[in-house]
Amino acid sequence: MDRIPILRMGSFLLVTIQVDLYDRLALTLEADLVQMVNKTQAKGVLIDISAVSIVDSFMGRIVGNIASMSKILDAETVVVGMQPAVAITLIELGLPLKGVHTALDVEKGMALLKTMIGDEEADESEEDDSVAE
Amino acid sequence: MSATSQKVLQKKKKNILEYWMSHQLSDDGLREDLISNEDLRIQSEELIDVLVDNLSETNSIDLHAESWDPVIEILGGISITRARQGFSPRETGNFVFALREAILQVLSEEIKSQPEVLFEESRKIGRIMDHLSVITFETFIKGREEVILRQTDEIAEISTPVIRVWDGILALPIIGTLDSSRTQVVMESLLQEIVETGSGIAILDISGVPAVDSLVAQHLIKTVSATRLMGAECIISGIRPEIAQTVVHLGIDLSNIITKASLASALAYAFKSLKLEVKKANVLTKI
Repeated sequence: MDRIPILRMGSFLLVTIQVDLYDRLALTLEADLVQMVNKTQAKGVLIDISAVSIVDSFMGRIVGNIASMSKILDAETVVVGMQPAVAITLIELGLPLKGVHTALDVEKGMALLKTMIGDEEADESEEDDSVAE
Repeated sequence: MSATSQKVLQKKKKNILEYWMSHQLSDDGLREDLISNEDLRIQSEELIDVLVDNLSETNSIDLHAESWDPVIEILGGISITRARQGFSPRETGNFVFALREAILQVLSEEIKSQPEVLFEESRKIGRIMDHLSVITFETFIKGREEVILRQTDEIAEISTPVIRVWDGILALPIIGTLDSSRTQVVMESLLQEIVETGSGIAILDISGVPAVDSLVAQHLIKTVSATRLMGAECIISGIRPEIAQTVVHLGIDLSNIITKASLASALAYAFKSLKLEVKKANVLTKI
C-alpha cells in the first residue's frame, strides 16, 4: 500500500504530499504521523501541500485532526504552500482550519516553527532559571 | 403582395427612397451628429433594395418565411449599430415607421384608381412593416444589453487591481459594492498574486466600498480566511466611522481580523511585522 514518507529534521517532522490524497491514504498518514510524533518527541510538524490541487471536506478534516492531535502531543502544525484554488474551496466548504498555522513555503514554515518552538524553549529556560534561584 | 404592386414598388424604388429620405431629414429626431446624411442614404437604400427584392406573393402572408432572412439580417445590423452609436429607441423606431409612410405614399400614387386593391395592399404592407418594427426593437434592445454586459465585465475587471506596494506587501483597494461574483474575482486575483510574489502580507483597503452589510462582511471574512490558509496575513484597512458603526450594530465579529483605520497605518503595521523601519534620511549640511 502507498504511504506518504515522513522525514525527520531535528526536532521537526516534514511531510511532503506529492500526490492527490485519497481517503485511505489520508487516514494512514494521520495514524503514521501521530505515531511518529510520539516516537520522536517532535516539537513541530510541517506539511507541504503545494502539489495538492484537489481537496474535499474529508481531507480538510484530516488536516484539522492532525493539527489537534499534534497539539495534544505538544507539537505545532504548520501547513505550507496551499494553492489558491484549494484555499478558496476550503473556505467555501466552511473549513477555515482554525488552530493550524500556515506559511507560504517550506522555508517560511520552518522559520515560523523555529520562532514558535524557540519562544517556548525560552519560556522553559526562564522557568528553569527561576527554579534555580 | 400581388405581382402588379410588386412591380410598381420595384419600379418606384427611387421614389420610395426619396420620400423616405425627405421624411427622415425633416424629422426632429434627425441625428446628424451620430450619422452623416450620406451614410443614412446608403443605409436606407440598402434596406429598400433588399426589402423590395424579397417581397413576394407568398411571404407577405407568411411573415416567418425563410425569404425574410436577408431583410431581417440587414435590419438587425442597422438596429444593432444604432444601439451602439447611442440612438434613442424613438429615433430607431421612426427610421422604420418613415419607410412605411414612404411605401404607402408610392402605392397610393400608383394605384389610386383601384381603392379596393389599394386598401388590401396597404393592409399587407402595414402587417409587414409592423413585423419589421418589432424585429428592429428586439435587436435594438439586444444591442443595448450587450453594451451593458460588456461594461459590467469591464468594471469588474478594472476595479480589482492587486498592487505590490513593497517587497512582500500587497495592497488591494476595493472600489464599489462587493457582491459574491466580485468577491470571487477579488479573492482569486489576490491569492494568485500572493503565490506569484511570495508576499506575506496583504492589505485589503475598503475605503471605496460605500456600505458594509452582513453579506459584504461575510465576503471580507472569507477572503481574509483564505489568505490565512495560504500562509499570508491579511489586514483590512480604510474602515470609515460609519462602517465601524454598522458592523458593530449588525453584530459582526471582526475581532480575529486585523483592522486599521487607514492604508497608512496598515502599511506601518506591515513594515513593523516585516521588521522594516522607515526613517528620515540624514541631510548633511555642507559648510
